Amino acid sequence: MSSQSHSSADSAGKTTIKTGAQIIVDTLIEQGVDTMFGYLGGVVLPLFDKLYDAPINFIVPRHEQGGCHMADAYARASGKVGVVVATSGPGACNLVTGIATAMMDSVPIVAITGQVRTELIGNDAFQEADTTGITRPITKHNCIVKDVKDLARTIREAFYIASTGRPGPVLIDIPVDIEVAKCKADGSTAMELPGYRVRSMGHARQISTAAKAINKSKQPVLYVGGGVISANASEELRAFAEKAHIPVTMTLLGLGSYDQNRPESLDMLGMHGSAYANYAVQESDLLIAVGARFDDRVTGNVKTFAPNAKIIHIDIDPASISKNVNVDIPVVGDAKAILTALIKEVEYCEREAWFKKIAEWKRKFPFRYDNNSSTIKPQYVIEEIWRQTKGEAIITTGVGQNQMWAAQFYRFSRPRQFLSSGGLGTMGYGLPAAIGAQVALPEATVIDIDGDHSFNMTMTELSTAVENKLPIKVCILNNGYMGMVRQWQELFYNKRYSKSYLSNPDYATVAKALGAVGIRVDKKTDVPKAIKQMLAEKEPCVVDFKVEREENVWPMVPAGKSIHEMDGLDILESMA
Amino acid sequence: MKHIISALVENKPGVLAHVAGMFAARAFNIDSLVVGRTEDPSLSRMTIVVVGDDKVVEQVRKQLAKIVSVVKVQDFVGQLVVARDLMLIGISALPENRAEILSLIEMFKGNVVDIGPKFVMVEISGPEAKIEAFIEVCKPYGIKSLARTGTIAMPRHSKVTEDNSV
Repeated sequence: MSSQSHSSADSAGKTTIKTGAQIIVDTLIEQGVDTMFGYLGGVVLPLFDKLYDAPINFIVPRHEQGGCHMADAYARASGKVGVVVATSGPGACNLVTGIATAMMDSVPIVAITGQVRTELIGNDAFQEADTTGITRPITKHNCIVKDVKDLARTIREAFYIASTGRPGPVLIDIPVDIEVAKCKADGSTAMELPGYRVRSMGHARQISTAAKAINKSKQPVLYVGGGVISANASEELRAFAEKAHIPVTMTLLGLGSYDQNRPESLDMLGMHGSAYANYAVQESDLLIAVGARFDDRVTGNVKTFAPNAKIIHIDIDPASISKNVNVDIPVVGDAKAILTALIKEVEYCEREAWFKKIAEWKRKFPFRYDNNSSTIKPQYVIEEIWRQTKGEAIITTGVGQNQMWAAQFYRFSRPRQFLSSGGLGTMGYGLPAAIGAQVALPEATVIDIDGDHSFNMTMTELSTAVENKLPIKVCILNNGYMGMVRQWQELFYNKRYSKSYLSNPDYATVAKALGAVGIRVDKKTDVPKAIKQMLAEKEPCVVDFKVEREENVWPMVPAGKSIHEMDGLDILESMA
Repeated sequence: MKHIISALVENKPGVLAHVAGMFAARAFNIDSLVVGRTEDPSLSRMTIVVVGDDKVVEQVRKQLAKIVSVVKVQDFVGQLVVARDLMLIGISALPENRAEILSLIEMFKGNVVDIGPKFVMVEISGPEAKIEAFIEVCKPYGIKSLARTGTIAMPRHSKVTEDNSV
């Protein structure tokens, strides 16, 4: 046996004795991790001791939830796996919302949580929680490491599972005695995942069947979601839409996968999507779904969704196919590979009548709002931000009206530009997400378009932006309400605004107190100037726009209706 | 409609909880779930009886397969299978009924595994219908306790149609 030696900073290849904590750090570095987010605690002290002088950029949030959203947005913005660390008990529990957010939007993150000593597990120990039990339904996979010899392999497997197939969060629970236990690091890179298979190439016959259907169709629509962005397939999407000449509509998570400035873009579909996208889907004879999951925000009443269309569904997750809607031509596999194969078999078709119909819908029902009032309209703020950033900023959002208006009025041209909590709809995502994105892309302009109540949920993370000198920008569309639920109370509960508003602090002053720049905008005429100043700031900057209090998001597909039965079109038309 | 699904899963702690949790979260209706070791110490076999139509069962199969610790999923719909359920049942057996009860047990090919002055415990296995029938037959005497395993199943190789009473 080799003599007792200090844990070595050598990476795999040499047979050295290492502690669990050293193995964790070395395996993370081997996996290409150069950035991590996380918060300290008793049972992760050994790990943090090794992180003290590790070549990893480590960002500490003020709350573990913020740290998890940061790792999530870091992954969305960069395409890499986000990593977050928390201690046992309350630390791990504070990650739950962040992990569920990543799970619902298929974001690759690895969460490492400390756990109490192995012999104390199940004993109601101090800061103990059944982390693997609590996070089992919201992780793609999770496990607890009971033997230090399994540690390196488990971490390696976690990264593999998180980043392949349909991406998702993976949690590794590590008891503190495992972190200090020693074993020989033998440099093996083997994995043991007998139950995990990644399918990439689509079935050739299915692809041909799909191509034939596409070539025959008269009124096809491409319906694309976050999966196209996960697959890094927007180039293939553009080439495919161009070659076959098919209009493209995107889900909230799919925004940016297709350049909205291109004429074939139908923009977003669904509950608050464009009328032209919803009409096109309802009148299509062929719906080509790529990396999207027929979510209820998109389909409206699923029984009457796309009633005349044959459905092709290209997706990496077989469980998504025919889950909500009957699929005629399923193609399971990677979007990039399948679109590449499809491009070879489809033909250009003019479809003049179809595009003419669509152009007429676009002319009649663009996204619009009434900018004639003296109050600041939230949509105007977003349009002005879009103008001044030339549509090139990275945008994160809160949840609700702020999120929907950002999706409607900021036109995206490239993938990984729009980072928003779609599936879970987590208020408070916007600010930590902006931080995570800025860490991933230090040179980018990153703007959180947020609501006042959403922002309030995680505003403590402004301190994190200040601490790490991250020049993020926050635009609060401050109407003093929880906007979206207030809209529902107006429309469906007779304007009984039950508990849908809280008094806000002066956010500009709060920002200044936390060390950021704070600007308050009350007058419409001050909006362009404030945005210009915000964009020029080299420090984190919060702009509090006092906007029109009771503005509604239109169009809207009410619950239970079909997506062509939108409310608010008459209101929009009256503004023409 | 009842469907039998057989899954090979990694023999690790938490896998049963994961599968059961997934069924609960997705509101799938489980009739029974049996899990036990196989000849491979790293793998266990789970036999699940699901109630639902074809569409539901397809989702069950796919969601199961998605779980990383689940290695292989087989759906026995449309296949001939041998399906068995094991039960231990304690019946109230007063002296005047004892002979009757013992002859019923013999008819059903059960085994008496425990006996008392007014009590008899029977071990019995067979297709679900046989187990259900035996329970019915015991009810008039009084059932003191009952424990069942749930169904385990394996596909047949022979082409003979399954006879439910065997």
